[in-house]
Amino acid sequence: MEGLRMRRSPFLFGLHAKPRLRPVLGSLLFIVLISTYLWASNARLRENENDKFMPSLRQMAEVMYVLSYSPQELQDGETGVVAKAGRIFHGVMSSKFFGDAVASVRRISLGVGGAALVGLLIGLNAGIFPGFRAIMMPFLTTLSYVPPLAVLPILLIVFGVDEFSKVMLIFLGTVLVISCDIFYTTEKIPREQITTALTLGASSLQVAYRVILPQVMPRLLVLLTVCLGSAWLFLISAEMIAASEGLGYRIFLVQRQNKMSIIIPYILCMTFLAFLMTRLMHKVIAWKYPWYNDDKS
Amino acid sequence: MNDPKKNLLYIGDVYKEYGQKLVLDNVDLSIREGELCTLVGPSGCGKSTLFRLILGEEQPTSGDILVDGRAAGFPDASRGIVYQKYSLYPNLTALDNVLLGKRLALWPWASYARREALRREGMAILERMHVQDHANNYPSALSGGQQQRVAIARALIMRPRILLMDEPFGALDPGAREYLQVFLLDLWQEMKMTILFVTHDLEEAVFLGTRVFILSQHYSDGRGATARRGSKIVFDQALPRALTTDVKRTAEFGELVSHIREDGFNPNHRRHVTEFNLRHQDSFQTLRDEELAK
Ligand SMILES: Nc1ncnc2c1ncn2[C@@H]1O[C@H](COP(=O)(O)OP(=O)(O)OP(=O)(O)O)[C@@H](O)[C@H]1O
Ligand SMILES: [Mg+2]
Repeated sequence: MEGLRMRRSPFLFGLHAKPRLRPVLGSLLFIVLISTYLWASNARLRENENDKFMPSLRQMAEVMYVLSYSPQELQDGETGVVAKAGRIFHGVMSSKFFGDAVASVRRISLGVGGAALVGLLIGLNAGIFPGFRAIMMPFLTTLSYVPPLAVLPILLIVFGVDEFSKVMLIFLGTVLVISCDIFYTTEKIPREQITTALTLGASSLQVAYRVILPQVMPRLLVLLTVCLGSAWLFLISAEMIAASEGLGYRIFLVQRQNKMSIIIPYILCMTFLAFLMTRLMHKVIAWKYPWYNDDKS
Repeated sequence: MNDPKKNLLYIGDVYKEYGQKLVLDNVDLSIREGELCTLVGPSGCGKSTLFRLILGEEQPTSGDILVDGRAAGFPDASRGIVYQKYSLYPNLTALDNVLLGKRLALWPWASYARREALRREGMAILERMHVQDHANNYPSALSGGQQQRVAIARALIMRPRILLMDEPFGALDPGAREYLQVFLLDLWQEMKMTILFVTHDLEEAVFLGTRVFILSQHYSDGRGATARRGSKIVFDQALPRALTTDVKRTAEFGELVSHIREDGFNPNHRRHVTEFNLRHQDSFQTLRDEELAK
Protein backbone atom coordinates (compact mmCIF):
# COMPACT_ATOMS: atom_id res chain seq x y z
CA MET A 1 0.00 0.00 0.00
CA GLU A 2 2.76 2.35 1.09
CA GLY A 3 4.81 1.49 -1.99
CA LEU A 4 1.92 2.26 -4.28
CA ARG A 5 1.41 5.64 -2.74
CA MET A 6 5.09 6.57 -3.11
CA ARG A 7 4.96 5.81 -6.79
CA ARG A 8 2.28 8.31 -7.59
CA SER A 9 3.87 10.79 -9.91
CA PRO A 10 4.20 14.19 -8.28
CA PHE A 11 1.57 16.60 -9.48
CA LEU A 12 2.00 20.28 -10.39
CA PHE A 13 4.35 19.86 -13.33
CA GLY A 14 6.60 17.49 -11.43
CA LEU A 15 7.70 20.13 -8.95
CA HIS A 16 10.04 17.82 -7.07
CA ALA A 17 11.05 15.58 -9.93
CA LYS A 18 13.10 16.37 -12.98
CA PRO A 19 10.79 15.76 -15.92
CA ARG A 20 12.27 12.92 -17.91
CA LEU A 21 10.71 14.08 -21.16
CA ARG A 22 12.38 17.46 -21.11
CA PRO A 23 13.19 17.80 -24.83
CA VAL A 24 9.70 16.68 -25.73
CA LEU A 25 8.06 18.99 -23.22
CA GLY A 26 10.27 21.84 -24.35
CA SER A 27 9.24 21.58 -27.98
CA LEU A 28 5.55 21.16 -27.16
CA LEU A 29 4.60 24.84 -27.40
CA PHE A 30 6.65 25.33 -30.54
CA ILE A 31 4.81 22.48 -32.22
CA VAL A 32 1.47 23.90 -31.10
CA LEU A 33 2.30 27.36 -32.43
CA ILE A 34 3.68 26.20 -35.76
CA SER A 35 0.94 23.71 -36.49
CA THR A 36 -1.75 26.20 -35.54
CA TYR A 37 -0.22 28.69 -37.93
CA LEU A 38 0.06 26.16 -40.76
CA TRP A 39 -3.49 24.99 -40.25
CA ALA A 40 -4.89 28.54 -40.19
CA SER A 41 -2.77 29.62 -43.14
CA ASN A 42 -3.94 26.64 -45.13
CA ALA A 43 -7.56 27.34 -44.33
CA ARG A 44 -7.33 31.02 -45.30
CA LEU A 45 -5.49 30.31 -48.55
CA ARG A 46 -8.08 27.77 -49.56
CA GLU A 47 -10.75 30.41 -49.19
CA ASN A 48 -8.80 33.12 -51.06
CA GLU A 49 -5.55 32.25 -52.75
CA ASN A 50 -4.45 35.89 -52.92
CA ASP A 51 -4.61 36.27 -49.15
CA LYS A 52 -1.41 37.90 -47.93
CA PHE A 53 -2.08 37.71 -44.25
CA MET A 54 -0.86 34.19 -43.48
CA PRO A 55 1.47 33.02 -46.23
CA SER A 56 2.32 29.35 -46.53
CA LEU A 57 5.82 28.02 -46.00
CA ARG A 58 6.15 27.66 -49.74
CA GLN A 59 5.24 31.28 -50.42
CA MET A 60 7.69 32.50 -47.81
CA ALA A 61 10.43 30.33 -49.25
CA GLU A 62 9.79 31.64 -52.76
CA VAL A 63 9.89 35.27 -51.70
CA MET A 64 12.97 34.74 -49.57
CA TYR A 65 14.72 32.93 -52.39
CA VAL A 66 14.28 35.94 -54.64
CA LEU A 67 15.40 38.28 -51.85
CA SER A 68 18.44 36.34 -50.78
CA TYR A 69 19.84 35.27 -54.12
CA SER A 70 20.38 37.48 -57.14
CA PRO A 71 21.51 35.15 -59.97
CA GLN A 72 24.81 36.07 -61.59
CA GLU A 73 25.76 35.29 -65.15
CA LEU A 74 28.94 33.30 -65.67
CA GLN A 75 31.44 35.58 -67.32
CA ASP A 76 33.26 34.76 -70.57
CA GLY A 77 35.92 32.13 -70.18
CA GLU A 78 34.68 31.02 -66.75
CA THR A 79 33.95 27.31 -66.50
CA GLY A 80 33.94 24.59 -63.91
CA VAL A 81 32.48 24.00 -60.47
CA VAL A 82 34.66 26.55 -58.68
CA ALA A 83 33.59 29.43 -60.87
CA LYS A 84 29.98 28.37 -60.51
CA ALA A 85 30.24 28.20 -56.74
CA GLY A 86 31.91 31.59 -56.79
CA ARG A 87 29.01 33.08 -58.74
CA ILE A 88 26.48 31.57 -56.38
CA PHE A 89 28.41 32.95 -53.43
CA HIS A 90 28.50 36.32 -55.11
CA GLY A 91 24.80 36.05 -55.81
CA VAL A 92 24.01 35.54 -52.15
CA MET A 93 26.41 38.24 -51.01
CA SER A 94 24.91 40.86 -53.27
CA SER A 95 21.31 40.00 -52.41
CA LYS A 96 19.00 42.34 -50.56
CA PHE A 97 18.49 40.02 -47.63
CA PHE A 98 22.19 39.52 -47.06
CA GLY A 99 22.81 43.25 -47.35
CA ASP A 100 20.08 43.91 -44.81
CA ALA A 101 21.43 41.36 -42.35
CA VAL A 102 25.01 42.58 -42.67
CA ALA A 103 23.99 46.22 -42.23
CA SER A 104 21.96 45.45 -39.12
CA VAL A 105 24.52 43.17 -37.51
CA ARG A 106 27.22 45.72 -38.22
CA ARG A 107 25.26 48.52 -36.55
CA ILE A 108 24.48 46.37 -33.52
CA SER A 109 28.06 45.16 -33.17
CA LEU A 110 29.52 48.64 -33.44
CA GLY A 111 26.97 50.17 -31.08
CA VAL A 112 27.01 47.47 -28.44
CA GLY A 113 30.75 46.83 -28.82
CA GLY A 114 31.54 50.50 -28.33
CA ALA A 115 29.15 50.65 -25.38
CA ALA A 116 30.85 47.59 -23.84
CA LEU A 117 34.29 49.12 -24.15
CA VAL A 118 33.32 52.53 -22.80
CA GLY A 119 31.01 51.07 -20.14
CA LEU A 120 33.74 48.74 -18.94
CA LEU A 121 36.27 51.54 -18.58
CA ILE A 122 33.84 53.87 -16.81
CA GLY A 123 32.34 51.22 -14.52
CA LEU A 124 35.65 49.64 -13.61
CA ASN A 125 37.44 52.86 -12.79
CA ALA A 126 34.45 54.30 -10.95
CA GLY A 127 34.21 51.09 -8.93
CA ILE A 128 37.87 51.19 -7.90
CA PHE A 129 38.87 54.85 -7.67
CA PRO A 130 36.70 56.95 -5.32
CA GLY A 131 37.66 60.21 -7.03
CA PHE A 132 36.53 59.01 -10.42
CA ARG A 133 33.37 57.59 -8.86
CA ALA A 134 32.54 60.97 -7.32
CA ILE A 135 32.80 62.59 -10.74
CA MET A 136 31.00 59.99 -12.85
CA MET A 137 28.27 58.31 -10.88
CA PRO A 138 25.89 61.25 -10.16
CA PHE A 139 26.10 62.25 -13.82
CA LEU A 140 25.52 58.73 -15.15
CA THR A 141 22.70 57.98 -12.75
CA THR A 142 20.90 61.15 -13.84
CA LEU A 143 21.52 60.45 -17.52
CA SER A 144 20.09 56.97 -17.18
CA TYR A 145 16.64 58.51 -16.59
CA VAL A 146 16.65 60.04 -20.08
CA PRO A 147 14.65 57.81 -22.45
CA PRO A 148 17.17 57.02 -25.23
CA LEU A 149 14.59 56.86 -27.99
CA ALA A 150 13.52 60.43 -27.27
CA VAL A 151 17.08 61.48 -28.04
CA LEU A 152 16.91 59.99 -31.53
CA PRO A 153 15.66 63.20 -33.22
CA ILE A 154 18.57 65.10 -31.72
CA LEU A 155 20.97 62.48 -33.03
CA LEU A 156 19.44 62.72 -36.47
CA ILE A 157 19.69 66.50 -36.47
CA VAL A 158 23.24 66.56 -35.15
CA PHE A 159 24.81 63.59 -36.88
CA GLY A 160 22.62 63.40 -39.98
CA VAL A 161 20.64 60.41 -41.17
CA ASP A 162 23.55 58.14 -42.03
CA GLU A 163 25.15 55.21 -40.19
CA PHE A 164 26.62 57.17 -37.34
CA SER A 165 23.40 58.25 -35.71
CA LYS A 166 22.03 54.70 -35.73
CA VAL A 167 25.16 53.29 -34.12
CA MET A 168 25.11 56.21 -31.71
CA LEU A 169 21.54 55.48 -30.64
CA ILE A 170 22.40 51.86 -29.87
CA PHE A 171 25.53 53.01 -28.07
CA LEU A 172 23.70 55.57 -25.95
CA GLY A 173 20.87 53.16 -25.22
CA THR A 174 23.17 50.50 -23.78
CA VAL A 175 26.26 52.26 -22.44
CA LEU A 176 24.63 53.51 -19.25
CA VAL A 177 23.24 50.12 -18.30
CA ILE A 178 26.65 48.55 -18.87
CA SER A 179 28.55 51.27 -16.97
CA CYS A 180 26.29 51.06 -13.96
CA ASP A 181 26.24 47.27 -13.85
CA ILE A 182 30.02 47.01 -14.18
CA PHE A 183 30.31 49.65 -11.49
CA TYR A 184 28.21 47.61 -9.05
CA THR A 185 30.01 44.40 -10.01
CA THR A 186 33.36 46.04 -9.35
CA GLU A 187 32.22 47.63 -6.13
CA LYS A 188 31.02 44.27 -4.83
CA ILE A 189 34.49 42.78 -5.10
CA PRO A 190 35.68 42.53 -1.50
CA ARG A 191 38.06 45.26 -0.46
CA GLU A 192 40.32 42.57 1.00
CA GLN A 193 41.19 41.53 -2.53
CA ILE A 194 42.49 44.99 -3.35
CA THR A 195 44.51 45.24 -0.15
CA THR A 196 45.93 41.77 -0.78
CA ALA A 197 46.97 42.78 -4.28
CA LEU A 198 48.75 45.83 -2.89
CA THR A 199 50.63 43.67 -0.39
CA LEU A 200 51.68 41.51 -3.32
CA GLY A 201 53.35 44.58 -4.78
CA ALA A 202 50.67 45.67 -7.27
CA SER A 203 50.41 49.30 -8.39
CA SER A 204 47.02 51.03 -8.62
CA LEU A 205 46.89 50.41 -12.36
CA GLN A 206 47.79 46.76 -11.89
CA VAL A 207 45.03 46.41 -9.30
CA ALA A 208 42.54 47.81 -11.80
CA TYR A 209 43.65 46.04 -14.96
CA ARG A 210 45.28 42.81 -13.80
CA VAL A 211 43.36 41.93 -10.67
CA ILE A 212 39.87 43.42 -11.00
CA LEU A 213 39.38 43.59 -14.77
CA PRO A 214 39.71 39.82 -15.37
CA GLN A 215 37.09 39.27 -12.69
CA VAL A 216 34.47 41.53 -14.32
CA MET A 217 35.07 40.38 -17.91
CA PRO A 218 32.59 37.48 -17.82
CA ARG A 219 29.97 39.76 -16.33
CA LEU A 220 30.54 42.11 -19.26
CA LEU A 221 29.84 39.27 -21.67
CA VAL A 222 26.64 38.40 -19.82
CA LEU A 223 25.66 42.07 -19.99
CA LEU A 224 26.16 42.03 -23.74
CA THR A 225 23.57 39.30 -24.09
CA VAL A 226 21.23 41.17 -21.78
CA CYS A 227 21.63 44.40 -23.75
CA LEU A 228 21.08 42.68 -27.06
CA GLY A 229 17.30 42.89 -26.62
CA SER A 230 17.24 46.65 -26.19
CA ALA A 231 19.90 47.02 -28.88
CA TRP A 232 17.56 45.40 -31.43
CA LEU A 233 14.80 47.71 -30.27
CA PHE A 234 16.94 50.79 -30.86
CA LEU A 235 18.22 49.42 -34.14
CA ILE A 236 14.78 48.78 -35.56
CA SER A 237 13.50 52.17 -34.43
CA ALA A 238 16.44 53.92 -36.04
CA GLU A 239 16.13 51.91 -39.24
CA MET A 240 12.41 52.61 -39.41
CA ILE A 241 13.02 56.33 -39.47
CA ALA A 242 16.05 56.69 -41.67
CA ALA A 243 17.84 53.96 -43.58
CA SER A 244 18.27 52.46 -47.01
CA GLU A 245 18.96 48.92 -45.88
CA GLY A 246 18.70 46.82 -42.73
CA LEU A 247 16.41 44.15 -41.37
CA GLY A 248 14.23 46.67 -39.54
CA TYR A 249 14.13 48.97 -42.55
CA ARG A 250 12.90 46.16 -44.84
CA ILE A 251 10.15 45.11 -42.47
CA PHE A 252 8.74 48.59 -42.34
CA LEU A 253 9.14 49.12 -46.04
CA VAL A 254 7.01 46.10 -46.90
CA GLN A 255 4.57 46.62 -44.05
CA ARG A 256 2.56 49.05 -46.22
CA GLN A 257 2.00 46.28 -48.72
CA ASN A 258 1.04 43.79 -46.00
CA LYS A 259 3.81 41.49 -47.17
CA MET A 260 3.73 39.00 -44.34
CA SER A 261 5.75 36.61 -46.49
CA ILE A 262 8.74 38.89 -45.96
CA ILE A 263 8.03 40.12 -42.46
CA ILE A 264 7.77 36.67 -40.88
CA PRO A 265 11.05 35.29 -42.26
CA TYR A 266 12.80 38.52 -41.30
CA ILE A 267 11.53 38.25 -37.73
CA LEU A 268 12.65 34.64 -37.64
CA CYS A 269 16.03 35.76 -38.90
CA MET A 270 16.40 38.41 -36.21
CA THR A 271 15.32 35.91 -33.57
CA PHE A 272 17.89 33.46 -34.84
CA LEU A 273 20.63 36.09 -34.87
CA ALA A 274 19.85 37.11 -31.29
CA PHE A 275 19.81 33.46 -30.28
CA LEU A 276 23.12 32.85 -32.01
CA MET A 277 24.82 35.83 -30.39
CA THR A 278 23.60 34.78 -26.94
CA ARG A 279 24.75 31.20 -27.42
CA LEU A 280 28.10 32.37 -28.70
CA MET A 281 28.57 34.59 -25.67
CA HIS A 282 27.76 31.75 -23.28
CA LYS A 283 30.16 29.49 -25.10
CA VAL A 284 32.90 32.09 -24.81
CA ILE A 285 32.21 32.47 -21.09
CA ALA A 286 32.32 28.74 -20.49
CA TRP A 287 35.52 28.46 -22.48
CA LYS A 288 37.47 31.52 -21.31
CA TYR A 289 36.08 31.91 -17.79
CA PRO A 290 35.39 28.42 -16.45
CA TRP A 291 35.53 29.69 -12.87
CA TYR A 292 32.60 32.06 -13.42
CA ASN A 293 29.25 31.18 -11.95
CA ASP A 294 26.58 33.57 -12.96
CA ASP A 295 24.37 34.27 -9.98
CA LYS A 296 22.67 37.28 -11.53
CA SER A 297 20.34 37.34 -14.52
CA MET B 1 65.81 47.84 28.30
CA ASN B 2 65.99 48.08 24.51
CA ASP B 3 64.51 50.84 22.40
CA PRO B 4 61.08 49.72 21.15
CA LYS B 5 61.45 51.86 18.03
CA LYS B 6 64.33 49.68 16.89
CA ASN B 7 62.12 46.59 16.70
CA LEU B 8 60.57 45.32 13.49
CA LEU B 9 57.15 46.76 14.26
CA TYR B 10 56.58 49.79 16.45
CA ILE B 11 53.21 51.26 17.30
CA GLY B 12 53.28 54.25 19.62
CA ASP B 13 50.47 56.44 21.00
CA VAL B 14 48.12 55.31 18.26
CA TYR B 15 44.55 56.60 18.31
CA LYS B 16 41.91 55.71 15.75
CA GLU B 17 38.48 57.34 15.60
CA TYR B 18 35.58 56.74 13.26
CA GLY B 19 33.49 59.87 13.59
CA GLN B 20 32.59 60.08 17.27
CA LYS B 21 33.57 56.49 17.97
CA LEU B 22 37.01 56.01 19.47
CA VAL B 23 38.25 52.53 18.57
CA LEU B 24 41.96 52.51 19.43
CA ASP B 25 42.92 54.55 22.46
CA ASN B 26 46.63 55.23 22.95
CA VAL B 27 47.83 51.83 21.80
CA ASP B 28 51.51 51.00 22.34
CA LEU B 29 53.06 47.91 20.87
CA SER B 30 56.43 46.72 19.70
CA ILE B 31 57.32 43.42 18.12
CA ARG B 32 60.80 42.09 17.51
CA GLU B 33 61.83 40.02 14.54
CA GLY B 34 61.07 36.31 14.59
CA GLU B 35 58.20 36.32 17.08
CA LEU B 36 54.84 34.70 16.57
CA CYS B 37 52.51 37.06 18.38
CA THR B 38 48.87 36.28 18.88
CA LEU B 39 46.28 39.00 19.44
CA VAL B 40 42.93 38.34 21.08
CA GLY B 41 40.14 40.59 22.26
CA PRO B 42 36.36 40.93 22.45
CA SER B 43 34.50 41.17 19.16
CA GLY B 44 34.53 44.72 17.82
CA CYS B 45 37.45 45.86 20.00
CA GLY B 46 39.43 46.93 16.94
CA LYS B 47 41.74 44.06 16.01
CA SER B 48 41.00 44.31 12.31
CA THR B 49 41.21 48.09 12.57
CA LEU B 50 44.71 47.75 14.03
CA PHE B 51 45.62 45.50 11.10
CA ARG B 52 44.34 48.05 8.60
CA LEU B 53 46.56 50.64 10.22
CA ILE B 54 49.63 48.39 10.18
CA LEU B 55 48.98 47.53 6.53
CA GLY B 56 48.62 51.22 5.71
CA GLU B 57 45.13 50.73 4.31
CA GLU B 58 43.98 53.44 6.72
CA GLN B 59 45.93 56.06 8.63
CA PRO B 60 45.77 56.49 12.42
CA THR B 61 44.03 59.60 13.74
CA SER B 62 47.27 60.25 15.57
CA GLY B 63 50.35 58.32 16.59
CA ASP B 64 53.21 56.53 14.85
CA ILE B 65 53.42 53.19 13.14
CA LEU B 66 56.88 52.13 12.02
CA VAL B 67 57.81 49.00 10.10
CA ASP B 68 61.55 48.42 10.14
CA GLY B 69 62.05 51.96 11.40
CA ARG B 70 60.13 53.54 8.50
CA ALA B 71 56.61 55.00 8.56
CA ALA B 72 54.02 52.42 7.53
CA GLY B 73 52.78 54.45 4.52
CA PHE B 74 50.56 52.57 2.08
CA PRO B 75 50.18 48.80 1.67
CA ASP B 76 53.18 47.21 -0.01
CA ALA B 77 55.09 43.97 -0.19
CA SER B 78 56.84 44.51 3.16
CA ARG B 79 53.67 43.36 4.94
CA GLY B 80 51.75 40.25 3.98
CA ILE B 81 48.14 39.52 4.90
CA VAL B 82 45.99 36.43 5.17
CA TYR B 83 42.28 37.00 5.78
CA GLN B 84 39.61 34.62 6.95
CA LYS B 85 37.36 35.12 3.92
CA TYR B 86 37.63 36.24 0.29
CA SER B 87 41.22 35.17 0.49
CA LEU B 88 41.88 33.89 -2.98
CA TYR B 89 41.15 35.41 -6.38
CA PRO B 90 38.32 33.27 -7.77
CA ASN B 91 39.49 33.76 -11.36
CA LEU B 92 42.95 32.33 -10.77
CA THR B 93 43.99 28.75 -10.16
CA ALA B 94 45.82 27.94 -6.95
CA LEU B 95 49.17 28.19 -8.70
CA ASP B 96 48.28 31.47 -10.43
CA ASN B 97 47.12 32.88 -7.10
CA VAL B 98 50.46 32.02 -5.52
CA LEU B 99 52.44 33.46 -8.42
CA LEU B 100 50.39 36.65 -8.85
CA GLY B 101 52.76 38.86 -6.86
CA LYS B 102 55.85 37.60 -8.63
CA ARG B 103 54.22 37.92 -12.02
CA LEU B 104 53.08 41.48 -11.39
CA ALA B 105 56.74 42.38 -11.06
CA LEU B 106 57.57 40.70 -14.35
CA TRP B 107 57.93 42.66 -17.58
CA PRO B 108 55.77 41.44 -20.47
CA TRP B 109 58.90 40.52 -22.42
CA ALA B 110 60.35 38.38 -19.60
CA SER B 111 61.93 35.23 -20.99
CA TYR B 112 60.31 31.84 -21.03
CA ALA B 113 63.07 30.50 -18.78
CA ARG B 114 62.31 33.17 -16.20
CA ARG B 115 58.60 32.33 -16.26
CA GLU B 116 59.34 28.64 -16.01
CA ALA B 117 61.58 29.24 -13.01
CA LEU B 118 58.74 31.13 -11.33
CA ARG B 119 56.34 28.32 -12.03
CA ARG B 120 58.70 25.86 -10.41
CA GLU B 121 59.08 28.12 -7.39
CA GLY B 122 55.29 28.27 -7.08
CA MET B 123 54.97 24.51 -7.37
CA ALA B 124 57.66 24.04 -4.73
CA ILE B 125 55.88 26.21 -2.20
CA LEU B 126 52.53 24.52 -2.97
CA GLU B 127 54.26 21.21 -2.34
CA ARG B 128 55.54 22.51 0.97
CA MET B 129 51.91 23.36 1.77
CA HIS B 130 50.74 19.90 0.70
CA VAL B 131 48.37 21.30 -1.94
CA GLN B 132 50.42 20.57 -5.06
CA ASP B 133 47.67 18.27 -6.36
CA HIS B 134 45.35 21.25 -6.58
CA ALA B 135 47.77 23.61 -8.33
CA ASN B 136 45.57 23.88 -11.40
CA ASN B 137 42.23 23.99 -9.61
CA TYR B 138 40.20 27.11 -9.05
CA PRO B 139 39.59 28.14 -5.43
CA SER B 140 35.94 27.09 -5.56
CA ALA B 141 37.14 23.50 -5.96
CA LEU B 142 39.33 23.66 -2.83
CA SER B 143 38.30 22.96 0.76
CA GLY B 144 38.51 25.80 3.28
CA GLY B 145 41.74 24.47 4.73
CA GLN B 146 43.33 24.07 1.32
CA GLN B 147 42.30 27.60 0.37
CA GLN B 148 43.94 29.00 3.47
CA ARG B 149 47.14 27.07 2.78
CA VAL B 150 47.24 28.55 -0.72
CA ALA B 151 46.63 32.01 0.74
CA ILE B 152 49.53 31.51 3.16
CA ALA B 153 51.74 30.34 0.31
CA ARG B 154 50.79 33.40 -1.74
CA ALA B 155 51.82 35.70 1.12
CA LEU B 156 55.02 33.79 1.95
CA ILE B 157 56.38 33.71 -1.59
CA MET B 158 56.76 37.51 -1.37
CA ARG B 159 58.91 37.11 1.79
CA PRO B 160 57.19 39.90 3.74
CA ARG B 161 58.97 41.38 6.78
CA ILE B 162 55.88 40.68 8.84
CA LEU B 163 52.92 38.43 8.10
CA LEU B 164 49.54 39.55 9.43
CA MET B 165 46.86 36.90 9.82
CA ASP B 166 43.29 37.97 10.66
CA GLU B 167 41.47 34.91 12.01
CA PRO B 168 42.90 32.77 9.21
CA PHE B 169 41.54 29.52 10.63
CA GLY B 170 38.28 30.96 11.93
CA ALA B 171 36.06 29.28 9.36
CA LEU B 172 37.61 25.81 9.61
CA ASP B 173 36.36 22.73 11.43
CA PRO B 174 38.34 21.70 14.56
CA GLY B 175 40.29 18.96 12.79
CA ALA B 176 41.50 21.12 9.92
CA ARG B 177 42.18 23.93 12.34
CA GLU B 178 44.48 21.89 14.55
CA TYR B 179 46.26 20.48 11.51
CA LEU B 180 46.93 23.98 10.21
CA GLN B 181 48.08 25.21 13.63
CA VAL B 182 50.81 22.58 13.78
CA PHE B 183 51.57 23.25 10.14
CA LEU B 184 51.94 26.99 10.73
CA LEU B 185 54.28 26.38 13.67
CA ASP B 186 56.50 24.20 11.47
CA LEU B 187 56.57 26.85 8.77
CA TRP B 188 57.30 29.59 11.23
CA GLN B 189 60.25 27.69 12.65
CA GLU B 190 61.54 26.74 9.24
CA MET B 191 61.28 30.18 7.64
CA LYS B 192 62.06 32.34 10.68
CA MET B 193 59.09 34.58 10.02
CA THR B 194 57.55 37.33 12.09
CA ILE B 195 53.84 36.77 12.47
CA LEU B 196 51.02 38.71 14.06
CA PHE B 197 48.03 36.42 14.38
CA VAL B 198 44.48 37.46 15.37
CA THR B 199 42.12 34.79 16.65
CA HIS B 200 38.87 34.44 18.56
CA ASP B 201 40.00 31.12 19.97
CA LEU B 202 41.99 31.67 23.18
CA GLU B 203 43.39 28.15 23.14
CA GLU B 204 44.66 28.73 19.63
CA ALA B 205 46.27 31.97 20.80
CA VAL B 206 48.05 30.35 23.74
CA PHE B 207 49.06 27.28 21.77
CA LEU B 208 50.53 29.12 18.79
CA GLY B 209 52.08 32.22 20.27
CA THR B 210 55.48 33.03 21.65
CA ARG B 211 53.78 36.12 22.96
CA VAL B 212 50.11 36.97 23.48
CA PHE B 213 48.38 40.36 23.53
CA ILE B 214 44.89 41.26 24.58
CA LEU B 215 43.28 44.32 23.03
CA SER B 216 40.26 45.26 25.11
CA GLN B 217 37.97 48.10 26.07
CA HIS B 218 37.27 46.57 29.48
CA TYR B 219 39.55 48.55 31.80
CA SER B 220 39.34 51.54 34.10
CA ASP B 221 41.33 54.77 34.25
CA GLY B 222 41.21 58.27 35.69
CA ARG B 223 39.24 59.92 32.91
CA GLY B 224 35.89 59.78 34.63
CA ALA B 225 32.80 57.74 33.91
CA THR B 226 31.54 59.74 30.94
CA ALA B 227 34.77 59.99 28.95
CA ARG B 228 35.08 58.39 25.51
CA ARG B 229 37.23 55.30 25.71
CA GLY B 230 38.68 52.97 23.16
CA SER B 231 40.60 49.72 23.35
CA LYS B 232 44.08 49.37 24.77
CA ILE B 233 46.59 46.58 25.05
CA VAL B 234 45.68 45.30 28.53
CA PHE B 235 47.78 42.16 28.59
CA ASP B 236 51.12 41.26 27.06
CA GLN B 237 53.08 38.22 28.13
CA ALA B 238 55.63 35.79 26.74
CA LEU B 239 54.50 32.18 26.31
CA PRO B 240 56.40 28.92 26.59
CA ARG B 241 57.11 27.21 23.29
CA ALA B 242 54.53 24.49 22.65
CA LEU B 243 55.97 21.28 21.25
CA THR B 244 52.89 19.16 20.63
CA THR B 245 49.15 19.66 20.71
CA ASP B 246 49.11 17.68 23.97
CA VAL B 247 49.96 20.82 25.92
CA LYS B 248 46.40 21.98 25.28
CA ARG B 249 45.29 19.45 27.88
CA THR B 250 47.71 20.44 30.65
CA ALA B 251 46.64 22.32 33.76
CA GLU B 252 48.93 25.34 33.19
CA PHE B 253 47.54 25.75 29.71
CA GLY B 254 43.96 25.81 30.96
CA GLU B 255 44.88 28.20 33.74
CA LEU B 256 46.49 30.66 31.35
CA VAL B 257 43.49 30.51 29.04
CA SER B 258 41.04 31.27 31.82
CA HIS B 259 43.33 34.00 33.10
CA ILE B 260 43.28 35.66 29.68
CA ARG B 261 39.52 35.27 29.44
CA GLU B 262 39.13 36.99 32.79
CA ASP B 263 41.52 39.85 31.98
CA GLY B 264 40.28 40.65 28.50
CA PHE B 265 36.75 39.43 28.06
CA ASN B 266 34.92 40.00 31.33
CA PRO B 267 33.27 43.44 31.29
CA ASN B 268 32.80 43.29 35.08
CA HIS B 269 36.47 42.72 35.73
CA ARG B 270 38.27 45.96 34.92
CA ARG B 271 41.90 46.47 35.79
CA HIS B 272 43.16 49.98 36.23
CA VAL B 273 45.54 51.18 33.47
CA THR B 274 48.45 51.17 35.90
CA GLU B 275 47.89 47.55 36.84
CA PHE B 276 47.82 45.89 33.42
CA ASN B 277 49.75 42.68 33.05
CA LEU B 278 52.40 43.88 30.60
CA ARG B 279 55.22 41.57 31.55
CA HIS B 280 56.79 40.98 28.15
CA GLN B 281 60.29 42.43 27.79
CA ASP B 282 59.29 44.47 24.71
CA SER B 283 56.17 45.82 26.29
CA PHE B 284 55.87 49.55 26.93
CA GLN B 285 53.11 51.91 27.90
CA THR B 286 52.78 55.66 27.56
CA LEU B 287 49.98 57.02 29.70
CA ARG B 288 48.67 60.56 29.88
CA ASP B 289 48.31 62.24 33.24
CA GLU B 290 44.51 62.17 33.18
CA GLU B 291 44.56 58.42 32.52
CA LEU B 292 46.89 57.78 35.45
CA ALA B 293 44.63 59.17 38.16
CA LYS B 294 42.92 56.57 40.33
N1 LIG C 1 34.90 52.27 8.54
C1 LIG C 1 34.35 52.29 9.75
N2 LIG C 1 33.49 53.27 10.09
C2 LIG C 1 32.94 53.32 11.31
N3 LIG C 1 33.17 52.43 12.29
C3 LIG C 1 34.02 51.41 12.02
C4 LIG C 1 34.64 51.29 10.75
N4 LIG C 1 35.42 50.21 10.78
C5 LIG C 1 35.29 49.68 12.01
N5 LIG C 1 34.46 50.39 12.76
C6 LIG C 1 34.10 50.13 14.14
O1 LIG C 1 35.29 49.88 14.83
C7 LIG C 1 35.12 48.86 15.78
C8 LIG C 1 36.21 47.83 15.62
O2 LIG C 1 36.02 47.08 14.43
P1 LIG C 1 36.99 45.89 14.03
O3 LIG C 1 36.50 45.31 12.81
O4 LIG C 1 38.39 46.40 14.05
O5 LIG C 1 36.78 44.91 15.25
P2 LIG C 1 37.43 43.48 15.47
O6 LIG C 1 38.13 43.53 16.76
O7 LIG C 1 38.22 43.07 14.29
O8 LIG C 1 36.14 42.59 15.61
P3 LIG C 1 35.96 41.07 15.24
O9 LIG C 1 36.64 40.30 16.32
O10 LIG C 1 34.48 40.89 15.28
O11 LIG C 1 36.57 40.85 13.89
C9 LIG C 1 33.73 48.29 15.59
O12 LIG C 1 32.91 48.78 16.62
C10 LIG C 1 33.28 48.87 14.27
O13 LIG C 1 31.92 49.17 14.34
MG1 LIG D 1 38.05 41.52 12.84
